[in-house]
Amino acid sequence: MGQPRLADRGRQGDRTRWPAPAVAGLVLLGLGLRLAAPGDGAAARAVILATTTSTQDSGLLDVLVPLFERRTGYPVRAVAVGTGAALKLGADGNADVVLVHAPALEREYLGTGVLIDRRLVMHNDFVLVGPPADPAGIRRRPAGRAAGALGQIARTGSRFVSRGDRSGTHLKEQALWKAAGVVPGGDWYVESGQGMGATLTIASEKRAYTLTDRGTFLAFQKRVELRIVLEGDPALANVYHVLRPDPVRAPRVNVAGGRALEDFLVSPAAQATIETFGVELYGAPLFFPDAGKPEPK
Amino acid sequence: MALVWDGLRQALGLLAGGDADVFGITLRSLEISGAATCLSLLLGIPLGVALALGRFPGRGLAISLVNTGMGLPPVVVGLFVSILLWRSGPFGFLEWIYTPIAMVLAQLAIAAPIVTGLTLAAIQQIPDRFRLQMRGLGASRGQLLWVLLREARLPMLAAAMAGFGGVISEVGASLMVGGNIRGQTRVLTTATVLAASKGNFDVAIALSVLLLAIMFLVNAALTWIQQRRAP
Repeated sequence: MGQPRLADRGRQGDRTRWPAPAVAGLVLLGLGLRLAAPGDGAAARAVILATTTSTQDSGLLDVLVPLFERRTGYPVRAVAVGTGAALKLGADGNADVVLVHAPALEREYLGTGVLIDRRLVMHNDFVLVGPPADPAGIRRRPAGRAAGALGQIARTGSRFVSRGDRSGTHLKEQALWKAAGVVPGGDWYVESGQGMGATLTIASEKRAYTLTDRGTFLAFQKRVELRIVLEGDPALANVYHVLRPDPVRAPRVNVAGGRALEDFLVSPAAQATIETFGVELYGAPLFFPDAGKPEPK
Repeated sequence: MALVWDGLRQALGLLAGGDADVFGITLRSLEISGAATCLSLLLGIPLGVALALGRFPGRGLAISLVNTGMGLPPVVVGLFVSILLWRSGPFGFLEWIYTPIAMVLAQLAIAAPIVTGLTLAAIQQIPDRFRLQMRGLGASRGQLLWVLLREARLPMLAAAMAGFGGVISEVGASLMVGGNIRGQTRVLTTATVLAASKGNFDVAIALSVLLLAIMFLVNAALTWIQQRRAP
């Protein structure tokens, strides 16, 4: 290396020097290909699960997915997006299974027939949270109706942060505004366009109200200055269903793998896991298993 | 501020404790972004040289496109790569979406214009007369190219650093095409986003510190190579 290169060695030198970066490139290309799809080398074809951020952020997926993989041998690619996006991925055949929480929108997809085989998996609930000072006076209201509370927030012009991202939580919020007879908009209505955790942080910083699933709020309550101002209204139920695309309309989907994952999510093993999940960390379960129960009203 | 100190302490803990998850995530970041950077060099250097030395119709437009591409927004790349790789897309049959391959492809699309553009600039800053002189001394085409590349090696290493820095710190495209799947496509940036969205700000800070440390180490190594023989 320290030896000076002589001009007349030029061509020879080129030959011996060129390969180094090329070899390095090929080695890394090989590395990249090795990364291609861990587990795909096995016979089973990967199952793509499109689900909501709440199942990922709560850590539930990290427990359920490995259990399914061990039991069936199907590798899973679980992608956490908003409920609206997850349903669209399923409807286009870009996912094999969807686990979502927007019953009204799910029924639309069932109605058109692009998604089939809808089964009840679990539920928890939404809560209305707000600043400790409760400027809209929601806690002083006698009857705990969520729609009425939102109406009061709108009337008093108290700040409210909406997810604004077509997630299950956002769809629920929109349904509640509709029930309240309010078209939200104006200075007091803020759309974050982000996940539940980020939205809670924004609501806390802005001393605003927001609608959240209980699980994410439990995980965040130590970090945000927000209190539950309303809970327990049946309209605040947060119900999760699993669905899959109609294989006739989406021929490329992994039908067997998708059905296996659906069967697993409503199986006793998965349901027992759901029942105990979060008890250790939060002192209360984050989700309640519902497989086989009648559809909630 | 206590949060930052907790994060730094946790980062050291994660590193010292040899946390398998964090180690895997770090290694995967290096592999994916390293592969994307190497591929972008294999693609971008010849392209940059061709644009610098070639004379053909549409060259001005091609250079403008490359220069625009240097600032390509990762989310735009992520969206288009997703559309191409989804099962409903033209390359869906490959089943590459939500795999590291998809991430390498997206990162390649981000890094290649950077490497091409900087190579182009590096070669163009060598005076024309130098080339004429080499030709006059009887250098073959291959020899001329080799000498030009050697002359431009300092700015070209800068191109490699810029390309690597661009992709390892990128989050939008990796999140969209990789899906942030644990143990498969979760890298330092996407793990940081997830940790923050879970409210685990200390873990998020720890991962950020790791990312910065890796960028520093890789760039320090490249800088060492770059400056080793510089006058």
